[in-house]
Amino acid sequence: MAVYKFKTPISEEEIRKLKVNDVLYITGTMVTARDQAHRRALEHFKQGKALPISLEGLAVFHCGPVMKKEGEKWIPVAAGPTTSTRMDIFEDEFIKNFKVRVIIGKGGMGRRTTEAMAKYGAVYGAFTGGAAVLAAKAIRSVRTVEWFDLGMPEAMWVLEVEEFGPLAIAIDSHGNNLFMEVQKKVEENKQRIYQKLGLSP
Amino acid sequence: METANIVEKVGFNLLKQAVIYLPEDVKHALQKAYAEETSEAGKTQLKAILDNVELAERHQAPICQDTGTIIFYVKAGAGVKNLDKIEETLTKATRRATVEVPLRPNSVNPFTQKNSGDNTGRLIPYINWEIVSGDSIELTVMPKGGGSENVCISGMLVPGEGIKGLKKFVVDAVIRAGAKPCPPNILGIGIGGGADISIKLAKKALLRPLNEPNPDPEIAELEKEIFEAVNMTGIGPMGLGGKTTALGVHIDYAYRHPASYPAAVAFQCWAARRATARINSAGKVEYLTHRMW
Ligand code: SF4
Repeated sequence: MAVYKFKTPISEEEIRKLKVNDVLYITGTMVTARDQAHRRALEHFKQGKALPISLEGLAVFHCGPVMKKEGEKWIPVAAGPTTSTRMDIFEDEFIKNFKVRVIIGKGGMGRRTTEAMAKYGAVYGAFTGGAAVLAAKAIRSVRTVEWFDLGMPEAMWVLEVEEFGPLAIAIDSHGNNLFMEVQKKVEENKQRIYQKLGLSP
Repeated sequence: METANIVEKVGFNLLKQAVIYLPEDVKHALQKAYAEETSEAGKTQLKAILDNVELAERHQAPICQDTGTIIFYVKAGAGVKNLDKIEETLTKATRRATVEVPLRPNSVNPFTQKNSGDNTGRLIPYINWEIVSGDSIELTVMPKGGGSENVCISGMLVPGEGIKGLKKFVVDAVIRAGAKPCPPNILGIGIGGGADISIKLAKKALLRPLNEPNPDPEIAELEKEIFEAVNMTGIGPMGLGGKTTALGVHIDYAYRHPASYPAAVAFQCWAARRATARINSAGKVEYLTHRMW
């Protein structure tokens, strides 16, 4: 397990250094995107429309934050990760089209995303589910909010972060997926548990 | 002071306490898990959880951004007046907490998909009533997160399989849930009564502190057995592997129909938020889970 600290924009070369079980901290620009922002971004791409901000080399955070407005400024109150599997249907296209390097969320993602990450050079960093204050405190400022019509949780928040983490690298750019490995082990353990409890499978 | 005013104030305080401060028993369980976890990835997650708990307290911010669906448990003394006003009062307290704490607006009309914006709506906040003797009121709030709620299950098991069937049901549910409910989790298990009763018992069992096993030694033994079994799964903190998958297992039951074996598992995430207070007939308030208040 190695600890890495990267600044955005992150290059493909840098991202390929990471292996599952490494820990990453990110400094720089990060955008939030949940289902609706993913859908809209991909629609824009299809129509040849530019996104409000180029995502190349940046981190995308699966997060529906609680923000508070003080005067003209947005202050993050709580900003923990949401379940990433919902974004599985969009993420391969998202990585391919926008060249994001880090996807941050909780719960892991599936085979399709793992393959796209290996092909285009990106990683999945698991941020501790529920650790919303830890996340909020690593956000230095809210640069802007795009697509606010989608509602506060679904909008695309552009954040400046400092040492955002710890991110457990759970999918690397070499086809490894820690969540799938754990799942496999769990299936094996299941038989031992059944035995211990005197159950037949 | 009017009962309604006191209840509103206490309801508000409970919401605030619950979303910012984890109960002591949950904190202790997390610290113990951190000390004992052997998986590196799991330990990193538990450390982040403990750091987050501390930061939340220091900055008076909600522990998790999902401040949940607001559920109250009210134990009302039969002698308490104006019980018919409590629902309205707790709804007001919820509205105020949404703005002032703040809580994330989490109440959506299932037909129009419109968010009410203030954590209220038809039957929300939900109130579970229990009438007891005496003239004091005990109020408990459980802000229940969506991630762990999404994997709650209830099922009608085969009566002939008895407790064995139940054990399999629970282990399979935990494995199916995997990383989704933000493990380590607390499991509430409800048995008997009927489909609705078992899930209600399961959820209510989540209110029991982690250091209180079931008073019935045989059930306490079963709780321990299931606890050890689910921690053998290897799911670990946040599903990244490790030996801490559950922080506790609580069972409650009702008698069942001879032909039915209803069972339910309610999942609570590590952000196991709850707060309780008692209001006596003179209007004196005692905070039971968050004594520093
Ligand atoms: S499951 Fe619990 S800890 Fe995880 S995001 Fe939801 S409320 Fe927060």
